[in-house]
Amino acid sequence: MKRYLPFIIVGVIAVATLVSGTMLYRAKRPHLLSIPEDKTVSGKSDTASMHIRGAPDAPVTLEEFGDYQCPPCANIAGFIDALVKEYNPRLRIVFRNFPLPIHKYGREAALAAEAAGMQGRYWEMHDLLYREQGTWSNADNARELFNNYAGMLGLNVDQFKKDMDGEKARARIDSDQERGKSLGVASTPTLFINNQEVGPTNKTPDGLRATIDAALKNKS
Amino acid sequence: MTLSRTILYTIFAIVALAGLADATYLSVQALTGETLVCGGSPDCFRVLGSSYARVGGIPLALFGSLAYFSVFSFAIFAAFGYGRARTFLTLTVSAMFAVTLWLLYVQAFLLHAFCRYCLFSAAIVFMLAALAVLTPRST
Repeated sequence: MKRYLPFIIVGVIAVATLVSGTMLYRAKRPHLLSIPEDKTVSGKSDTASMHIRGAPDAPVTLEEFGDYQCPPCANIAGFIDALVKEYNPRLRIVFRNFPLPIHKYGREAALAAEAAGMQGRYWEMHDLLYREQGTWSNADNARELFNNYAGMLGLNVDQFKKDMDGEKARARIDSDQERGKSLGVASTPTLFINNQEVGPTNKTPDGLRATIDAALKNKS
Repeated sequence: MTLSRTILYTIFAIVALAGLADATYLSVQALTGETLVCGGSPDCFRVLGSSYARVGGIPLALFGSLAYFSVFSFAIFAAFGYGRARTFLTLTVSAMFAVTLWLLYVQAFLLHAFCRYCLFSAAIVFMLAALAVLTPRST
């Protein structure tokens, strides 16, 4: 019996590891969200209160809840823009602010993007914030860098500063966050394609292409 | 095989089990895609969501699980007097020690972020390395 005992112990631990790993996987497996009919972003309505990139009446809508200080969001931003161009005019992007409290400057960066948007340069600031994420995320005074970015984009910097502190930018972020919370969003980036959440493993260029293609097929 | 040596290998196996639990948890996190989003500890997500956390698309934690399981198995066989298991045990722990040093370097100097689960794993590997050094060479 002693001869077989080490094999039995190793076998038991192997089985226990596989079983507990599978149970944990099942418990942690993401339950994908969907946007109910009454909260769907409709064709051209409400476009004034949304940041849209791509054809406004595109058949496929990719709604993103993002945080400017979140590294995976910056990663995704790099190829989402390329997808809009690739699928033009069949895809539009709706960006929603969802700054997470774990990120020191996430909310301030969202305010900077909104303030730039008030001077018609929302997406330019959006792209710049993601591109420079590594710089301002580690800065002692990110606000100073945001002001510099506003200058680089040719904005009226005094107005930009006022708008960043203004009620309008704050209300917009709060409204985006409220929407996200009401849909069950808890992490970033959370992506919805035509109201169905994109699974974590599909948040890659190929994964998104496949999901967009499937959404286009459904629409035709 | 002396009693002290059997006890030493049993401690080896128990320590490896703690590492196996940690690595299995991290593997599950990677497989569910939890490491590809922000929402929990920002430093952990910076480490586990980085390109260094995967080798050929496979989560590094899976290799870690395999390595800890190997250490556990070799330690059990060594405790039961299998001579060759001791050699494999030393080799595996040495390889894990080298990889751990590299991963600590990556966290400290390339990512500038530390994940507590990775640090726990590093501590386990250091304990295993210490045990390997403490184990007498001859029977």
